[in-house]
Amino acid sequence: MKKMLKNLKPKRRRLLFLLSGLFILGISLGLALLALNEQVDLFLTPTSLSEKEIETNKRFKLGGLVQKNSIKKLKDGVTTLFIITDNNMSIDAQFKGVLPNLFREGQGVVAEGKLNSKKIFIANKIFAKHDENYLPPEIADAIKKEGQWKGN
Amino acid sequence: MLENRLDIRNYMKKLHKLANPGKFYRLSEKILPWSNLLAISLCALGLYLGLFIAPPDYQQGESVRIIYVHVPAATLASFVYAIMAVASAISFIWKNPLGNFIAKSAAPIGAVFTIIAIITGALWGKPTWGTWWIWDARLTSVLILFFLYLGYIAIWQVFEDQNKAAKAAAIIAIVGAINLPIIRFSVDWWNTLHQGASIIRLDGPSIHQDILIPLIFMWLGFLSYLISLLIIRIQSEITLQKIRAIQILISEQK
Repeated sequence: MKKMLKNLKPKRRRLLFLLSGLFILGISLGLALLALNEQVDLFLTPTSLSEKEIETNKRFKLGGLVQKNSIKKLKDGVTTLFIITDNNMSIDAQFKGVLPNLFREGQGVVAEGKLNSKKIFIANKIFAKHDENYLPPEIADAIKKEGQWKGN
Repeated sequence: MLENRLDIRNYMKKLHKLANPGKFYRLSEKILPWSNLLAISLCALGLYLGLFIAPPDYQQGESVRIIYVHVPAATLASFVYAIMAVASAISFIWKNPLGNFIAKSAAPIGAVFTIIAIITGALWGKPTWGTWWIWDARLTSVLILFFLYLGYIAIWQVFEDQNKAAKAAAIIAIVGAINLPIIRFSVDWWNTLHQGASIIRLDGPSIHQDILIPLIFMWLGFLSYLISLLIIRIQSEITLQKIRAIQILISEQK
């Protein structure tokens, strides 16, 4: 093996050095990221939440869609009740404060907060998630009217 | 078969000639006025279309116009790093000085594109998401890209011996390239606040053409600007190396 390496031209040896180095680094980084997979995720979905036990009062982020017809304002005028869903499981959520403009029913949302004893998610931060569709307003309206709306 | 090999050899010879800094200098001199012209006219056209003609987005409203700077800056930030890594690898394997000049010249440009992408992204994120910054996989991996650029630039300053610096910098550039696929696929591999890809998708772009066309003009304008900047910086790097060589010659004669 050593002899083989010595017989290589310097050019080839440097190429081999780079490729093997990259290969090993790539694999180890890939394994590390795979092991850290859940930590790299920004948020849990209602489904992934149901698969694990999270103690009450532990802060985490929950993401999904704001369920249609689920937004309710409480009488105090600043508290909003809504449901976060991933079209499989859903969780009741509650938020007190000013909502971002893009917080709408059917839109993606990431909420930061904790579960209370009644399994209601008490959020104290809300981020609206924008999807990858960019459309002029008239065209979005037209598609919605035709009933061809694929998105949420 | 034999002819084919000769062809390849001739081709390689031509490539080698191009890799000669002097040849590169003369060729790039011819490209520079055109890339300047393209950069100015494409960016002017793209900005006009993007800021005055293109419609607002049905959800983001007017703040969608930030993408005309954010998307070109962000994609080119990664692209410049790819150039740097490839040039460094070529230089490292074939001991060709031009690759090092290219990589060294590209680094500050890439760093600036990255910081532009991060700042414009923050300006867009505040009204859209409700936050300037979030530690999701896309934003974090782009921040790492920025630090890789800074590390690469710093390495050149750390070593007195330019040959050693070139070697160390090349290895940083090549190893750091692992971050590029992570940036690209971060939005697919993990759940993030940043949205998925809109332009390069299997089912075609999900951006309406009225918004997409100005974006393409801006992208090409940014690309031309990148070419101009790279040429100017590589030329000055070549000149600097010549000055160094002459200085050494003079000091040896004394």
